Amino acid sequence: MPDGTIDRAVFEELKVTAGADFVGELVDTFLSEAPNMLSDLRRALDADDAERFRRVAHSLKSNSNTFGASSLAAMARNLELGGFGAARAGNGEPMSALADEYSRVAQALAELRRG
Amino acid sequence: MAEPRHGGSRLLVVDDNKVNRLLLARNIELMGHKVVTVENGRVALQTVKREPFDLMLLDIEMPEMDGFQVLSELAKDLELRDLPVIVTSSLEGLDNVVRCIELGAEDYLTKPVNPVLLKARIGASLEKKRLRDQQKELVRRFATAEVAEDLQQTGFSLGGKRVSGSVLFADIREFTPLAESQPPEETIELLNTYYTLMFNAISGQGGIVSQIAGDGLMAVFGAPLPLADHCDAAVRAALEMIEMIDLFNVEQASASKPQIRIGIGIASGEMVAGYTGTNERATYTCIGDTVNVASRLEGHTKAAERSILIDAETRAGLAPEINVDSLGPVAIRGKAQPVEIFAVKPGK
Repeated sequence: MPDGTIDRAVFEELKVTAGADFVGELVDTFLSEAPNMLSDLRRALDADDAERFRRVAHSLKSNSNTFGASSLAAMARNLELGGFGAARAGNGEPMSALADEYSRVAQALAELRRG
Repeated sequence: MAEPRHGGSRLLVVDDNKVNRLLLARNIELMGHKVVTVENGRVALQTVKREPFDLMLLDIEMPEMDGFQVLSELAKDLELRDLPVIVTSSLEGLDNVVRCIELGAEDYLTKPVNPVLLKARIGASLEKKRLRDQQKELVRRFATAEVAEDLQQTGFSLGGKRVSGSVLFADIREFTPLAESQPPEETIELLNTYYTLMFNAISGQGGIVSQIAGDGLMAVFGAPLPLADHCDAAVRAALEMIEMIDLFNVEQASASKPQIRIGIGIASGEMVAGYTGTNERATYTCIGDTVNVASRLEGHTKAAERSILIDAETRAGLAPEINVDSLGPVAIRGKAQPVEIFAVKPGK
């Protein structure tokens, strides 16, 4: 698992307080919801819907923090606060970086879920 | 004191994000509460209008109707404005937190929510709601209909107003040896009877009982609603209280049970009346010099060997048919100058 993708202390804490089985289900929920969030974010950007863009980025940030996905959370936060300006910087690099980081997070969470 | 009944409360979680909903619901269930989850503000309002809840956990960023709108709608609704709301959000900016609090949210927790903090805040909010409900019930039971309605309408916000009124303190004399001489169940039964009689006498004269503690109570005449003859009303209530105790003692004697004696102190004048305390715990009361004097007068009844002592301001507001003896100036703790004291003579 790539270093720094998931803050293990945060993830372990979550397991302790909510229960390992439950966290497994929660990971499944996130992994099924997050791809929709990413495509939603892309659609909002294409449709010039700033309000929706901000809200989806906000949700993604919130969930990333829950699982200890600190880098993904920071990227989502940057988009939430920076809006289209931040998303379109460097020829849209932040959007593809976000998608790449999500892939790493998804892989790491799937591994953690298997234990 | 009764155990706070926090377990088994009903909570509503409002969040558009499924992961957040599931996690909050899980944490709340682990605390022993029941939880219902909904996806947005519009459904949340429909739900709380349909079913009773003890507490709402509210996200701010939501489609259709956001958390700010929900808070505004709740504040406008007489039935729902007392439902405590804890905002759970990862919203950026302190101004948003301030806005939530200004709109009536009780607390604000940043997501991801720390479960320990969540438990503490939920506990505090439920306790506050319990006290508020209790306060409402107390007002409903022991205040006149007008007073209860006034309180319902003005709400339970902290802060006082300056009023003119009379304060009455009553206490059972030698209560501790009495309580120690009989089984606790009998003491409780005696206290219940005592309070029932006292509350009746007080509310019958337009007063409200604002505090009870052990065997003592404090009643206010002239707040929250003005009472033109508050001095007279307070003294008449005191006379009725003594009369009730006399009747009660006859019954006690015939059942070979201990009799009780009470002391009553009344002072009148300006005071600040309102909800005092903290946001965690508040109670309707009056504060100021008048209250201190009333309490000291009650404490002085034993030494003076009189049941009812009043100050000069109360004396000045009495109907002529009520007889009093002047006991002259008496030094009272907390007052630089001796206070003119009068004893009210029971009966006519």
